[in-house]
Amino acid sequence: MVENGIIAAVEENISASADQIIDAKGYWVAPGLIDVHVHLREPGYEYKETIKTGSRAAAKGGFTTICCMPNTNPVVDNEILVEYIKMKAEREAIVNVLPIGSITKGQKGEELANIGKMAEAGICAISEDGKTVMNAGLLKKAMKYASMFNLPVLSHCEDITLVGGGVMNAGEMSERLGMKGIGADAEEVIVARDIILARNTGVKLHICHISTAGSVQLVREAKLRGEYVSAEVCPHHFSLTDEAVEGYDANTKMNPPLRSAKDVKSLKEGLKDHTIDIIATDHAPHHIDEKNCEYDRAAFGIVGLETALPLSITHLVEENILTPLELIEKMSTNPAKLLGIDKGSLQVGKTADITIIDPDETYEIDVNSFASKSKNSPFHGYRVKGKVKYTIVGGKMVFNNGELI
Amino acid sequence: MLKRKDILGIRDLTAEEILCILETAREMKEKIENKKAREKSLKNFSIVTLFYENSTRTKMSFALAGEYLGADVSDLGVATSSVNKGESLVDTGITLDQMGIDIMVIRHSMSGAANVLARNVKASVINAGDGVNEHPTQALLDLYTIYEKKKSFKDLKVAIIGDIIHSRVARSNVFGLTKLGANVVVGGPSTLISKNMEYLGAKVTMDIKEALKDADIVMGLRIQMERQKGGLFPDLREYRDLFGINEEMMKYAKPDALLMHPGPVNRGIELSTEIIDGSQSVINEQVKNGVAVRMALLHLLAEGRKNNEDIDSKWTHTRSFIQNRWDQRYIG
Repeated sequence: MVENGIIAAVEENISASADQIIDAKGYWVAPGLIDVHVHLREPGYEYKETIKTGSRAAAKGGFTTICCMPNTNPVVDNEILVEYIKMKAEREAIVNVLPIGSITKGQKGEELANIGKMAEAGICAISEDGKTVMNAGLLKKAMKYASMFNLPVLSHCEDITLVGGGVMNAGEMSERLGMKGIGADAEEVIVARDIILARNTGVKLHICHISTAGSVQLVREAKLRGEYVSAEVCPHHFSLTDEAVEGYDANTKMNPPLRSAKDVKSLKEGLKDHTIDIIATDHAPHHIDEKNCEYDRAAFGIVGLETALPLSITHLVEENILTPLELIEKMSTNPAKLLGIDKGSLQVGKTADITIIDPDETYEIDVNSFASKSKNSPFHGYRVKGKVKYTIVGGKMVFNNGELI
Repeated sequence: MLKRKDILGIRDLTAEEILCILETAREMKEKIENKKAREKSLKNFSIVTLFYENSTRTKMSFALAGEYLGADVSDLGVATSSVNKGESLVDTGITLDQMGIDIMVIRHSMSGAANVLARNVKASVINAGDGVNEHPTQALLDLYTIYEKKKSFKDLKVAIIGDIIHSRVARSNVFGLTKLGANVVVGGPSTLISKNMEYLGAKVTMDIKEALKDADIVMGLRIQMERQKGGLFPDLREYRDLFGINEEMMKYAKPDALLMHPGPVNRGIELSTEIIDGSQSVINEQVKNGVAVRMALLHLLAEGRKNNEDIDSKWTHTRSFIQNRWDQRYIG
């Protein structure tokens, strides 16, 4: 039972009367999903997505809280932009939007962004996502500095000197397709580096969109040594392999790229043994003109808010990698823990952020039905199981059995 | 008969389709020198060449192949076209499509560019080289040259030597030769070759002598200065001395081995002038065969367009893709 936006009671039989009763028989009633990795594109790239449309896509996908990455134009590197996003979100968003600040000014990798002022303004983390701070000394300073404000550092791991113009996973498929590959080493070198740098800084290091078997092993070993590190995986990285690139459809182009079957297996093992704590979308909307073009020229990234839950149920719960409870942990409880926010739970007294899911409904994904402004998904026509029925944010229904409110 | 709208790569073709093209090329070759034999089977067909990268042989031989068959051939001078005003490949293709072009021949610096064009236009698309992916018509003319001289591909040893990693020619040849039963060895310095070529069915070696040993065909490749991002080998002098092919090196191959090269050649670097102009060289014949093979392809695609149900269904798909695109841009 929800009252005044707060969870008032969780009991088998509630006799109190209510304005609305939702029959959730056979459904999962979960704490609202939290996505720590979303690109809302505002300000600067409103033709791809806005805070408004992105939040609507989130509500459809069952997410009640989303964290937006700072690689907008201008880059979110000071408190003024944080205030702008918060203001726009308050006015137009239908889910909670938490801004993430950049690590360096303008994401140039040269000097620290106004991390402290942004912390005051309400960022939930810092990240250089889309880029890696290649200067290790500077990143270490950022880690020490961020720890003062208890801000996690979300690390995009990609050594640009090793990428060398690659556009897909380096391996058998890139060889067959005649395209430049991005090796696993480009990611793993930085995962290893950042784990080492984070030691003794007291920072919460979080590895974004982990994609290779080697990265999973590096995180696993760090955790076994008792070091603080968490990691996220994106649904496309455990749902597809680089074989999907056949045909040169740029909707299969993202960074990190779709990897090999061996990597997919390792990612699933990492989810199962809790090396990987979080499932995040890396929702990266791009206009069709940025995708219906030469593969090399196309933008990296795919939309994910509206496909994350069904893909996770289809590939993780149905394949017995995760129990339903573990899945919700990785999509709600653990993200809340990483961010240090009082969410991800349905206990009495908590804010009523709730997602209600039909785990059995099967259907084909249709990109034309997306609420997101962009349709760049390789999953058009893909058969999945599991559908979000209701999304409730702070006690307010924002997605009601198929209808956005 | 080819049941295809487009020729995008050798990887897509079956051995039967390749042999069909080679047999047709044999008929076409006669028409190059014997003007009386030229027929106008492509009368009223329009062909455009769309070259985003430089070319002498491929572009000219497509133009001549079309003209020998009676087609109207025009070249979109990419450097002087609206491409320079920033028009995208897809929009350029759609524009040409509206003008009633039947066959578009595209060369582009990016892998998969021909595929992107093909699915956005109803014209037939021939890939004349896309990035480091494929150069199917070059491979077909190489295959034709081998076929004419050696009569069969079965158990031939073909050594492809040089800048393998940047070579769409090498890749298309590996796809074609392995499909037809030849054994392919690729050799070159370790920074210009990838072990991953073994996934394509070729043997990979850094030992040039081993690659050349008892070869029936020796194929040199051009060092592609324009695709080198520097530092892959110390300098040209060292490359020539360690990896260049000269008369001494040719002795490792069979006495009746053919020497091939897709051109243009860096004389005195990947091949010595003596062997380029020597008796084993078929480099100049390759050029003539290039016209014959391209005539064959144009002829077969045009035949297919005249009467092929399969292609019609593909066009429907293409149209719906364009429809989606416009929907999203102007209605969504």
